[in-house]
Amino acid sequence: MAKIVAGIAVSHVPAIGVAMDKGMTGTPYWQPLFRGYEPAREWLAKLAPDVAIIVYNDHASAFSLEIIPTFLIGVAAQFPIADEGFGPRPVPVVKGHPALAWHLAESLILDEFDMTIANEMLVDHGLTVPLSVTCGKPDAWPFPVIPLCVNVVQYPPPTGARCSKLGMAIRRAVEQFDQDLRVVIYGTGGMSHQLQGERAGLINRKFDTAFLDGLTRDPVGLSQITHTEYMREAGSEGVEMVMWHVMRGALGDEVAEVYRHYHVPASNTAAGLMILENRSAV
Amino acid sequence: MSKPHDYDDIPGTYVYDAERSRVGYALNMFCMSLNKVENRNSFKADAPAYLDRFPLTPEQRRTVLERDWLGMLKVGGNIYYTIKIAFCDGLTFQDVAGMMSGVSKETYAQMMLAGGRSPDGNRNKDPSATEEPHG
Repeated sequence: MAKIVAGIAVSHVPAIGVAMDKGMTGTPYWQPLFRGYEPAREWLAKLAPDVAIIVYNDHASAFSLEIIPTFLIGVAAQFPIADEGFGPRPVPVVKGHPALAWHLAESLILDEFDMTIANEMLVDHGLTVPLSVTCGKPDAWPFPVIPLCVNVVQYPPPTGARCSKLGMAIRRAVEQFDQDLRVVIYGTGGMSHQLQGERAGLINRKFDTAFLDGLTRDPVGLSQITHTEYMREAGSEGVEMVMWHVMRGALGDEVAEVYRHYHVPASNTAAGLMILENRSAV
Repeated sequence: MSKPHDYDDIPGTYVYDAERSRVGYALNMFCMSLNKVENRNSFKADAPAYLDRFPLTPEQRRTVLERDWLGMLKVGGNIYYTIKIAFCDGLTFQDVAGMMSGVSKETYAQMMLAGGRSPDGNRNKDPSATEEPHG
């Protein structure tokens, strides 16, 4: 039987990927951020999961406004790196896990989550930056990845409560898979940031801190935050934090926070990272 | 027109909702085309001719040619799309954010290093409205 052993919440700022790709992580600007990633990398290398589910949003890379899937799962054997407008990131191709991904697609749809299924898909910084942050610069990614995309570009994204329920359904589905796999799930994006308009640059440390605390203390209450509250308090792009609820929902009631890192700024964004180990009995 | 939204009173913010998406579709799909290097080269070589391929309004066309980043948002641009024009110019998200908020690159960068723009005083268009932070 497969089991979700841990969750990782992590921001996916494109400039973090650029800093790694261009070897700038030791500069005075970036060093404090990247120093805080090192314990997470050590923890993940030690955990050595068999597969990762990465919940992220596409940023006009694989999908345009032509078709906008609210929830999508990638079932391919591999996912090439997208050109987002400045050439593809020089990182390894992402290998998928078709057997588990198809099982998840079938289970989730029958559990009343109407997933879009992608057999071919490019992946952008939303997925590759979390991998880079937590795995460094390997020649090949250390585990296969199941991409799970959430629309947060076209308003409205799915609600936090719906994302939390999707996470719970993912947990049920993983536990019904008949191979012994240790699975980690990433919730990406956020934290507070606004990239557009005269209010660009908004950061709300108080909101972010309460959100990080709430992931262990009150995840159900946290999932009730409305889109307008995210946008008003954490910036228009802060609404990406709904994706963290998918991760949290997939872990069950009992979790332990084992690591937290928070740094401002990463370009326009408050960069957060939290590791939660699943202590819930299966 | 649909009814007012509860997010309409957030200042300096252009929520990419149904109304903006209906207005901005062609503008954003032009931006999407810039994911291909050959299209970026065509756009950089002759922007007016390249824009002729897309059914933009005169105002959308003006905002692109003049790099009026804030103006693009007002005619249906979505920042994740319009940023691709900035990438053609060698600009970053932070460069464009500074220009949209009307300050110099240095001033904006300093604001971010100092912890970013505070939500205090920036929650509502009407500053007398209640300030009610979460948590």
